[in-house]
Amino acid sequence: MSTNIVLCGVGGQGTVLASKLVAAAAMNKGMKVMSAETIGMAQKGGSVFSHLRIGDDVVSPLIGEGEADLIIGFEPSETVRMLPFLKKGGAVITSDRPVMPVTAALVGSDYKGSDMTDYLRSLDIISSLKVVDTEKAVKDIGNPKAMNMILLGAASKNGFLGNITHQDIIEAMKAKVKPEFVEMNIRALEYVD
Amino acid sequence: MAQEFLMGNEAIAKGAIAAGLNLVAGYPGTPSTEVLETVAKFRDDDVYVEWSVNEKAAMEVAAGAAYCGANVMVTMKQVGLNVASDPLMSLEYVGIKGAMVVMVADDPGPISSQTEQDTRTFAMFSKIPCFDPSSPQEAYDMIIEAFAFSRKHKTPVFFRPTTRICHAYSSVKVADEIFVNKPEGFIKDSKRWVIFPKLSNRNHALIEERNRKISDEFSSYERNKIIDGDLKLGIATHGISYANTVETLKSLKNKPSVLKISTPFPFPEKLAYEFLKDKKEVLCIEELDPVIERALISVCGKYGLKTVIRGKMTDDVKLSGENLRDDVKHQIYAFLGLKEDKSSKADNAPELPVRPPVLCAGCPHRASFYAVKKAMKGQKTLFAGDIGCYTLGNAMPLDMCDTCLCMGAGVNIAQGVGRIEPNTKCFAFVGDSTFFASAITGAVNAVYNGADMTLVILDNSTTAMTGHQPHPGTGKTMMGEITAKVDIKKVLEGIGISDIAVIDPLKLDDAVETVKEMASRKGVKAIIFSSPCAMIFRPQNVCKVDTDKCVDCRMCVKEIGCPGIVIKDGRVVIDSSLCNGCGLCSQICPADAIGSEVITR
Repeated sequence: MSTNIVLCGVGGQGTVLASKLVAAAAMNKGMKVMSAETIGMAQKGGSVFSHLRIGDDVVSPLIGEGEADLIIGFEPSETVRMLPFLKKGGAVITSDRPVMPVTAALVGSDYKGSDMTDYLRSLDIISSLKVVDTEKAVKDIGNPKAMNMILLGAASKNGFLGNITHQDIIEAMKAKVKPEFVEMNIRALEYVD
Repeated sequence: MAQEFLMGNEAIAKGAIAAGLNLVAGYPGTPSTEVLETVAKFRDDDVYVEWSVNEKAAMEVAAGAAYCGANVMVTMKQVGLNVASDPLMSLEYVGIKGAMVVMVADDPGPISSQTEQDTRTFAMFSKIPCFDPSSPQEAYDMIIEAFAFSRKHKTPVFFRPTTRICHAYSSVKVADEIFVNKPEGFIKDSKRWVIFPKLSNRNHALIEERNRKISDEFSSYERNKIIDGDLKLGIATHGISYANTVETLKSLKNKPSVLKISTPFPFPEKLAYEFLKDKKEVLCIEELDPVIERALISVCGKYGLKTVIRGKMTDDVKLSGENLRDDVKHQIYAFLGLKEDKSSKADNAPELPVRPPVLCAGCPHRASFYAVKKAMKGQKTLFAGDIGCYTLGNAMPLDMCDTCLCMGAGVNIAQGVGRIEPNTKCFAFVGDSTFFASAITGAVNAVYNGADMTLVILDNSTTAMTGHQPHPGTGKTMMGEITAKVDIKKVLEGIGISDIAVIDPLKLDDAVETVKEMASRKGVKAIIFSSPCAMIFRPQNVCKVDTDKCVDCRMCVKEIGCPGIVIKDGRVVIDSSLCNGCGLCSQICPADAIGSEVITR
């Protein structure tokens, strides 16, 4: 059995770091981990994703369609884009704040974050959905880069990370970030109930 | 054995170090870059590491060291192999004394490359043995074996992971001890080290004989293996496609047998025969070229087997792109005649935005392109692009990249267009690292042949696209030494270009005037736009729109396409989390509505 997590967003939002934290937490518990990351040209404002797989029988770093237990989306349209990977009864945690591509501003093809979140709410394959007002959240935390920790904390607190607990994530974070950022990151991880 | 969470490229680097690496040379290129960077980070003091000026230089530096008996590695992406192919083709005829692993990362998709070329095919062409790992753990273990194999047979060997291996992370068991190799040194022997037709003729025959023996050796290499199944049907596969095949087979009751090929050249023929002899049909699941498929067809012909071989050539496997989990699943299910559970696709899903990659907010290249665009408005122009971040200058609304072919090509393409269209103002844009890698010869060509063109050097003082590696113009090496900077302006002067302007592109009006002036002159002119990459030299201020002054003309949006400028609730605002305060937008705003404020990052 494996736990499969898709993290997604737009280049520069910190998906790789969040994915590494979960992986570190899993390895600290002696679990086998594989992941696949987007690195390269797409990082410059393109769609990016991490596939994270935890379990002894994992052979490929890639997740297949209908296999993900959880999607953590840093951008609502990117969350929708990754839905084919979600298994029936999977969980979704997403930011509601859209990041418009440059092309949208040019040709006026804007979309609303609520178009995406309303759609997510209408789906019955999602067993548990958390939509986070990340614009407010990062203001409350006081750091625009804290979004990945806010969403990751929402996942771990709600027990969406398989055998990895909220405390495991906090410990992994402490080992990874500079001491002066620990307190801020704890606040971010605790932000969503 | 310790266990570490490593990226595939890190695993390759750590494996090479464990194998007793003495020297590594390479040129950055996605998805290969982290291999050399990881060696630089974890090396012992006596391991030499360099970013060479290009892949050909890297190959030759490594060849010299291998002549001395050193354990060497050369790293590059697949298109880099084209640049390095001249020395490598000859080196195979000459041979080496130490061990040499040529680490070439292939990029099915392609995700970050110009071509979908297959290094396995290049291995066959160059007669060089090739290793093809299927996971980060196997990459770690296999590269150690590749070094030993290279030393045993006195030949360079290819090690060719693909992007999904390079950029996968995995728990990897790493060795506690590292092997130490003490190079014997160079021993003069011109009959061995100087390539002449006589040597080539003799060694060619020896190489062909050797490769037959290696084919047998590879048939008993433990990483080439047959996994017996329950059917008269088989699947032959490799690399990430192997991993994805295993994932699909997990849930099947009656499994086909699997032939895993880890050394596509020389092909393990005897093992393949053992696999094929009792099979009715075999499906070859590969990315890029049908290498295994062709080899199996050849084995069937040679041994008179009636096994039907399917794959790319029978359209059972797609001809291009990656084999993702579900591609492999569809291929296997179709091959076995199984029905898939069709997941009901939602038809009311909202339309999703397209996100092409763009130049970063604050990127000085945007200002350079915009200055040239403004200066040349209304004139017949050619803007030849090149390989690097600035290829993204092609995106709307800048639309400043008319051609892009390969590293350093733009400067020569501009000359070629100018020969046929003498009334076109031809520009070639090239970055600083690409200039050193392979555009200097193009500049010499322009001067020598009396071309009429403007060479634009986009000097941001780094190799930005691949993650900010140093290069000859930066004055730093991968050994951490400070060295003399190679001055681009002096290089151009030395070549014989006398019309050279060096200018800051972020001073827009000056930049536009300079471009107009230079473009009006005859002959070869050069403009060096000098401004550092916004990702490494971040200023302390961001731009801000004064909504009272803003007349909502959206000139800033329509003209420069900066990702930091967004529309929010119908008004133009600047996303302070993205803005790097370059000030280009404030210089083009007709209402003078964009100012800047200091922030703490």
